[in-house]
Amino acid sequence: MTLFKQFVLPRLVQYVIVIFVGVTITFLIPRLSPINPVDQAMSRLQSFQNADPESTLALRNSLQDLYGLNGNILTQYVNFWKRLVQGDLGPSFIAFPQKVTDIISTSIWWTVGLLGTTTVIAWLLGLILGSLSGYFPNRWWSELMDKSLITIYPIPYYILAFILLILFTYYLPIFPLVGGGQGVPRLTLDYIGSVIYHSFLPALSLVIASISFRFIISKALTSTERSSDYVQYAEMAALPKRKILFSYVIRNTMLPQVTDLGLSLGTIFEGALITEVVFGYPGLGTALYNAINSSDYNLIMGITLLSIVGIATASLLIDLSYPLFDPRIRFR
Amino acid sequence: MSTVRDLLRFSPSFRVGALILLATLVLVVLSFFSPYRPDRNRVVPTNKPPQAKYIMGTNANGQDVFWMLTFAVRDTLIVAGLAVLIGRSIGVTLGMVSGYLGGTWDRVASSIVDSFIVIPRLPLLILIAAILHGEMTLPLLGALIGLLDWAYPSKRYRAQILSLRERDFTHTAVFAGMNTLKVVIEEHLPFVIPFLLADVVSGFLFAIGFEVTLSVLGLSDLQTQSIGTMLYWGNYYNSLLANRLWVLAAPIVASILIVVGFYLVSIGLSSYLDPRTRLARMQVKTEVSEPDEPLTPELQGINA
Amino acid sequence: MTGIVEAQDLKAYYISRAYGVERTVKAVDGITMSVNEGEIYGIAGESGCGKSTLLKVLLGAQTPPLTVVDGSVKYHFGDEEIDVLALKENGQREIRWKKVSYIPQGSMHVLNPVRRIRDSFHDFITAHRAVSKKESYVMARDYLRDLGLPEKVLAAFPHQLSGGMRQRVTIALATILWPKLIFADEPTTALDVVVQRGVIQLLKEIQQTKGSTVVLITHDLGVHANLADRIAVLYAGKVVEEADTRTILKNPRHPYTQYLIKSLPKLDTRDERVSIPGRPPALDKPPSGCRFHPRCPLAYDKCRTEDPQVVTIEPGHRVACHLVTEEISHAAVASAQH
Repeated sequence: MTLFKQFVLPRLVQYVIVIFVGVTITFLIPRLSPINPVDQAMSRLQSFQNADPESTLALRNSLQDLYGLNGNILTQYVNFWKRLVQGDLGPSFIAFPQKVTDIISTSIWWTVGLLGTTTVIAWLLGLILGSLSGYFPNRWWSELMDKSLITIYPIPYYILAFILLILFTYYLPIFPLVGGGQGVPRLTLDYIGSVIYHSFLPALSLVIASISFRFIISKALTSTERSSDYVQYAEMAALPKRKILFSYVIRNTMLPQVTDLGLSLGTIFEGALITEVVFGYPGLGTALYNAINSSDYNLIMGITLLSIVGIATASLLIDLSYPLFDPRIRFR
Repeated sequence: MSTVRDLLRFSPSFRVGALILLATLVLVVLSFFSPYRPDRNRVVPTNKPPQAKYIMGTNANGQDVFWMLTFAVRDTLIVAGLAVLIGRSIGVTLGMVSGYLGGTWDRVASSIVDSFIVIPRLPLLILIAAILHGEMTLPLLGALIGLLDWAYPSKRYRAQILSLRERDFTHTAVFAGMNTLKVVIEEHLPFVIPFLLADVVSGFLFAIGFEVTLSVLGLSDLQTQSIGTMLYWGNYYNSLLANRLWVLAAPIVASILIVVGFYLVSIGLSSYLDPRTRLARMQVKTEVSEPDEPLTPELQGINA
Repeated sequence: MTGIVEAQDLKAYYISRAYGVERTVKAVDGITMSVNEGEIYGIAGESGCGKSTLLKVLLGAQTPPLTVVDGSVKYHFGDEEIDVLALKENGQREIRWKKVSYIPQGSMHVLNPVRRIRDSFHDFITAHRAVSKKESYVMARDYLRDLGLPEKVLAAFPHQLSGGMRQRVTIALATILWPKLIFADEPTTALDVVVQRGVIQLLKEIQQTKGSTVVLITHDLGVHANLADRIAVLYAGKVVEEADTRTILKNPRHPYTQYLIKSLPKLDTRDERVSIPGRPPALDKPPSGCRFHPRCPLAYDKCRTEDPQVVTIEPGHRVACHLVTEEISHAAVASAQH
């Protein structure tokens, strides 16, 4: 009970506050936009047919209702929450009357597939390479990795992705320029192969970008661990290097590392906006970019909310799972 | 000054970084002597490859790429500098409030920070930029980036200050009757400054990245020259497909050099200012010193 | 007779270079010593006199910036001679824990915080013996039982144990493979008096049951008096006096040793304890001549210029002091004249 009161409850309260603030900001910001989505929808609809003023007004009202723009801002806010708890994010604006939830659910798998895979791969590789390099700082391969990744790390992601695009679609055209996959989405070997082929370059750019950060962090953590008493003692006792590296060094750096992995998995739902735009990949990021360009309120809010909930949930889960990674927290 | 001399002599990464930043500075200064205005088109022949007259070639708008690059570097740095100034001011203040005042202040500040952290920054920034479309200026862009980049720094400052408060010397200083301000300035600042320097550099890297990203997406002031807008126009006129790589190469290479330069300088600085290596530098003796025991050995256990 | 550990004219310096400032700290500067098999050999001295550095080098565990610049360290196990400083990684793995072991200081966090004690035992045992997980658990359990330690600690994490229990477990972990030679670095420091006593008992017990040799480092002469057979007193990286414990305590000859003994509290007198004036010298620029002369009340001209040699003044009693050397030679001359 005290565990719940002292450990779980404060974190749950924080979680609720974070979501509340996030939802409020998400609600407010698009309403500052000078573009009125109802006007735009009207003009688009009216370009196809001429309606009499009465039905125009009726249409306008129903559209206002659909976008949650009826009444003053407070009423809108209350209604926004009402819809939200029912899982209703309203219709999309560009793809009216398609629902936002539908658009999200078609593009989310592309993004989750791409980012989930690359996040885990980059985390694992960066962790292992960084720890190796931190544990054997004077080997040639260690210095080589260190120097090259330190150079890659500060480069803006867009530039990195752009360079890869130039190299592998223009000078060495071995990868396709755009798209997520070819053919009908089906569970056939051909289709899966084509998805992997199309996703390879965006995935590569993401892995390179996040591996360098993970490498630097892991290396720093490992250097600190190396000078700890228990690692030095294990070395004194001539334990096998591999044993020391994994069970003594890396195992003790797991807490911050797993935290980071959790947080970056939480950001998956934000979508890889730049990646998807640069490589023409059909995920949440592209959907978001298009939505922003056409002021598609509901879609923007839907994706933003999804990512806020994703990150907040991830950090809550991480907090709650700390005791699993560090026995010292477990028994406190 | 002697610090800089030491660093130049003994830290290869600082030396390389400083050299790159010096070259960057030269570019910035040159921008004031440019024969062309940054917002004028068609002042030179279009699409000429690099040659004696136009050392980096010319672009499709009829601008000299080299001179445009000098403006671009200057403006990108202004954007980043503004962002860092604003972001760190908020971050440092909140972090200090959290770390030093503690209690309710800490809880309030921390929950503001924690809530802000989960808000996806890039979509938010893109959204604001889209709303402001057409009215975006570079200083405004800098301010916006700054307003979005303070949550993580403030969290880090808080952690840093909390750990400093727990150190022995803080307790000793407090027991010795030093007042808080004095403790903060004399005992903590030397530890915070290297941290701040490294953090300022990471802020620069972040801001440059954001400037490039937003401009490339066409969301900043496209009439000015910045690294990002140079890339935007390069892409706009399909420089790649038209085999005019020089238009793109100049901003790409410049941006890589600048960020790597900043980063190398920060690596050199922080390893020099790091209290641990500073101790090693001043006093190698700490390596040999054994646990501090009173000079008078105690006859413990013998009679027990 | 050759000792189980032999150090010859050992010199180990910390050589470091940071941002153009080069510094050499002569932590061990010409030490010769020999540890006999089966004894407890104590090394005493103030903080910063090079005790721990000496131990590192005796173990062959020196890492940069610590460098051995001269001298040798040899182990003798029966007829086998091992040149410690020439050992490569594999050679060290051959002897560590099976033949030579190390007990670190009590306050150190030497146990992996995220591993249960039994897993630490498993790691340390299997690094040197091919046994299964189960067998290693049984070995650990039986050993702890032999030493009178509760076997339930095996399932615990280090942070769940008290400081004293942690130190006892560490000693058990260091000696589980019954090494012939045990180096202990301040094993009782940072423990309270009652706990210290238990730890001392444990060490003594282990040493007596298997006849191991123990090289014990502590600044605490009380612990030496309790445990050591012989004591070497270190000052500023040099041995200033070496003799059996009784002689050191009753008949110390070097002025520094005399100070150390005088500074011990005694139960039967209310005399004020004497502490040594001044501080030990910084080892990067040690004083000329005898390193103790700035603090020595008896110092004269020769002490300031000439480094005293270690002289055997009676069997098993070595001292490095000009005064003592002269006294001896006067006595020798006097007896020759008679």
